Amino acid sequence: MKVFQIILGLWLTAVIVCAYVFPIVPEITGWYQYPVIPGLEEKARILFFHVPLAWTSVVGFLVSVFFAVRYLRAKKLDDDIRSSSAAGLGLLFCALTTLTGAIWAKFSWGSFWNWDPRETSIFVLLLIYGAYFALRSSIQEDEKRATLAAVYAIIAGVTMPFLMFVMPRIIESLHPDPIINTKGKVSMNSTMLVVFLSSLAGFTGLFFWIYSLKVRLARLESGRSTEGA
Amino acid sequence: MSGRGFIGITAAVFRKDTSSELRTRYALNALFLFTVTTLSIILFSFQSATVPTQVHAGLLWVLIFFAAMSGLSRAFITEEDRGTILLLKLSTISTPVFYGKLLFNVLLLLALTTVLTVLYALVVPGFAVEGLWTLCTALFLGTVGLASASTIIGALIAKANARGTLYPVLSFPIVLPLLLTVIRATTTAMENPSWGAASGEYRVLLSYIVVINAASYLVFDFIWKD
Repeated sequence: MKVFQIILGLWLTAVIVCAYVFPIVPEITGWYQYPVIPGLEEKARILFFHVPLAWTSVVGFLVSVFFAVRYLRAKKLDDDIRSSSAAGLGLLFCALTTLTGAIWAKFSWGSFWNWDPRETSIFVLLLIYGAYFALRSSIQEDEKRATLAAVYAIIAGVTMPFLMFVMPRIIESLHPDPIINTKGKVSMNSTMLVVFLSSLAGFTGLFFWIYSLKVRLARLESGRSTEGA
Repeated sequence: MSGRGFIGITAAVFRKDTSSELRTRYALNALFLFTVTTLSIILFSFQSATVPTQVHAGLLWVLIFFAAMSGLSRAFITEEDRGTILLLKLSTISTPVFYGKLLFNVLLLLALTTVLTVLYALVVPGFAVEGLWTLCTALFLGTVGLASASTIIGALIAKANARGTLYPVLSFPIVLPLLLTVIRATTTAMENPSWGAASGEYRVLLSYIVVINAASYLVFDFIWKD
């Protein structure tokens, strides 16, 4: 665990240094240079943080749904602890995604929020997380809370593909705003791609490290509350 | 009851809910008054202003959504409140109960949507429809999808506390893809006379209905036995 933390720390430091120090030049002459992406220029650097954050918030949601299904199959409260811990972290990453996305949108499109399909789907993910925790806090008994929260996570999970994949296709025809993700990936060079993928891996590692801490903490807390009762 | 098949139990639950609703008229009266109240608020706020078609489509679905939120949660909550849920659990198996309630909710919401849309078209100035069949298809598919999502969330919420406030909070993110699609289909119906103009939306709505019902079928057992 110690080794993992040290590697993770060094890894993310390297990603941050690469993301901010490497110059963006029109003509590539060295391996350490990024190409100019038309319409993004220096703003392209937020790509290394915003997209991994969004990715991680979706990973958090998927982990939560996975353990929700496992809870319903085996009815072990430990799976509920894992499910809700993943959802809590997903909420944090989702809020950060919304924030970085709004900043990016302000400097790229001129306003903090303009209901682009991607913005809509991240907003709904935020709402789902909010509703999930509102539901959890309204139920007292552990088993009942775990079951109902798991059911809600699964129902929300099956409707997510509509927002993620179907809505952007449909709304795009009305609003021809460029969707940054596809646009950015087309014009990335290999250096940029390597840093981007390393950032993705680094943030995923960060997620699972905080997640394991959170699960251990939640287990201790649930143990203490049953002893006290 | 054990002698009946799946469809028999579904029909029995549906008949029970329908006759109990027709006796008390609780949901029907409340929903009718809700419709009148919200429509008059819209009329007062519009005054004589002309509004674009997209606003009409959006407003109509805001009305239907909140009407569904105030009326459809009762299907399972009444069973909990009257204490009849234990008898229902003893005498039947779970899945047909869900489908009986679903059928009841779908019909209730279809009736409500019909009344709402007709009243809206009659009362609100500037609401003109080009493609009547597009509108009917969109309203039908949207209503069935909304009723399906509301029924499973209603079953969930019946077990929780603070139901009244929680119900729209839980439902909104689930039905948002449906609402966005159906509002687009309704806008198309008001602008374009051809039925096929919204075929992409029909497909999304249909797959939404299939997905939400499949998920409900899989998870309802866990809510019911809890």
